[in-house]
Amino acid sequence: MKVADEPRTLAPPRRRTAHVTAVERLGAYHLVRALDSGGPQDPQPGQFYMLSTDERWGGGADERPYLPRAFSHARAREGELSFLFEVVGPGTARLAELRAGEGLALVGPLGLGWRPPREGTRPVLVGGGIGTAPLLCWQDELGPEATLLLGFRSAAHAEAASLFVGRPEVATDDGSAGRQALVTDLLREQLDADPVATVFACGPPVMLEAVRLLCAEFAVPAQLALESGMACGFGACFGCVVPTKEGYIRLCVDGPVLDGERLESALLGGAGH
Amino acid sequence: MTELCGIPLAGPVLNGSGTFDAIAARHAFGDAVLERFPFHAFVSKTITLAAREGNPPPRLWETPAGLINSIGLPNKGLEGFLGLDLPELAELPVPLIVSVMGFSLDELATLVRRTGERDEVALIELNVSCPNVETGLVMGADPAETARAVERVRPLTDRPLIVKLTPNANDPAAVARAAEQAGADAVSLINTLKGMALAPRTARPWLGGTTGGVSGPAVRAIALEQVRSVTTVVAIPVIGMGGIATGGHAADFLSAGATCVAVGTENFRDPAAGLRIAAELGEPAAV
Repeated sequence: MKVADEPRTLAPPRRRTAHVTAVERLGAYHLVRALDSGGPQDPQPGQFYMLSTDERWGGGADERPYLPRAFSHARAREGELSFLFEVVGPGTARLAELRAGEGLALVGPLGLGWRPPREGTRPVLVGGGIGTAPLLCWQDELGPEATLLLGFRSAAHAEAASLFVGRPEVATDDGSAGRQALVTDLLREQLDADPVATVFACGPPVMLEAVRLLCAEFAVPAQLALESGMACGFGACFGCVVPTKEGYIRLCVDGPVLDGERLESALLGGAGH
Repeated sequence: MTELCGIPLAGPVLNGSGTFDAIAARHAFGDAVLERFPFHAFVSKTITLAAREGNPPPRLWETPAGLINSIGLPNKGLEGFLGLDLPELAELPVPLIVSVMGFSLDELATLVRRTGERDEVALIELNVSCPNVETGLVMGADPAETARAVERVRPLTDRPLIVKLTPNANDPAAVARAAEQAGADAVSLINTLKGMALAPRTARPWLGGTTGGVSGPAVRAIALEQVRSVTTVVAIPVIGMGGIATGGHAADFLSAGATCVAVGTENFRDPAAGLRIAAELGEPAAV
């Protein structure tokens, strides 16, 4: 069943409880840490988990959230998972209310993560906003030769850059941290200077589409981590499909990391409502 | 021990069609999912004669205590199913129920005949929640249309036939009676309730398919009433479903006269929901 060498660590076939150890504010974002003693210790960078809470998941405004929410782990170290998120709706609002000692319900790791860079190329990691999260553990694995290019709306969001090792290059929309530029401006400069690269990108659909087009222009392989609203995360609901050159694929089992070459466009991703 | 149309099952907990993909689950969870399989019988996603891509995204909308899906029956078609999926589904440790949908009676007949001749298939479920392209009527919304469909396919197989009833009918109990009289061996209900959602900023339909089906705890009270109204008028077994998330919910459907229950949307939240619900009912695990 399992395709050889694919970056997929299998998940236990049940929802389980991880125990929250800390919830930290990091500028505009939250970072939840939880001890996952019931899950595998080696999720692949770029895989994801379906998260909810043991208590009070539902019953909020409009009786939501109901479904779990998909998040790539930022890091997994000695059984402790960390997830970076921004409060944008009832699910993330509830996750932000978690306190140490409470239960984080999860299913995972799920999906296919990042694949190694093409031989002889330098890995260039490109993150936009909350899309920087799955690049953290990938940088840890790739080591210091990876180039980090990060884009944020503002300095408050750019605080996430402090989680990375070394000094990533940062751009912000308003110039309040790093350069006032788009992260794709940084990528163009990087590829102009050194086009022998493999690009790994995660961020909003508009950014991913710009990355995809840039990489095609420079004939550089690109791996893009997409997002799509999901009900289950393990192929049951067929709700998270994205169009590719081969037709619709379920992002949860065939992604979330896809080769840029498989896509006609990265604009059609996007989370739920 | 439960018996469904002469097929012995280790317990009464099934999955709703299209709410658990046993093949994808093996990719995500490995063979651990077979070692403690969550259901006492497995219902396949609906297959159609021709392969289908399904509806354009977005396909999901979360509602208060539930969701609307507009998936559009993506599947590999009959030949793809028989050649690619059936050998894998045959490895499941429980009886297999294949769900089929035809857009005409001829299509339905082909699907029933071809799936019914395979040893791996224990029962066949007829998904009649679609328009008949010849009449324009939704087969399952009308007693006479449902009867015509069942009468057409009944002689084509010796497999038990389950008719999946739609709640989007004036009188689901009348449709159930018509199915029974036409030779159905069981009925299952409810399918999803028709619904829609508007995108927050544009006020245009959110779902790529414009409308979709509502499921989850939001529909449970409606489902329970429809199941009871059906069990009071038919003698054949009834498979009850609609928002079941706990053993207590499942017990309500059994108390309303259902022989089996099916877990649907709750599988999305917990792939082991079927195991948990069976345990809460005091039923053994499937394996």
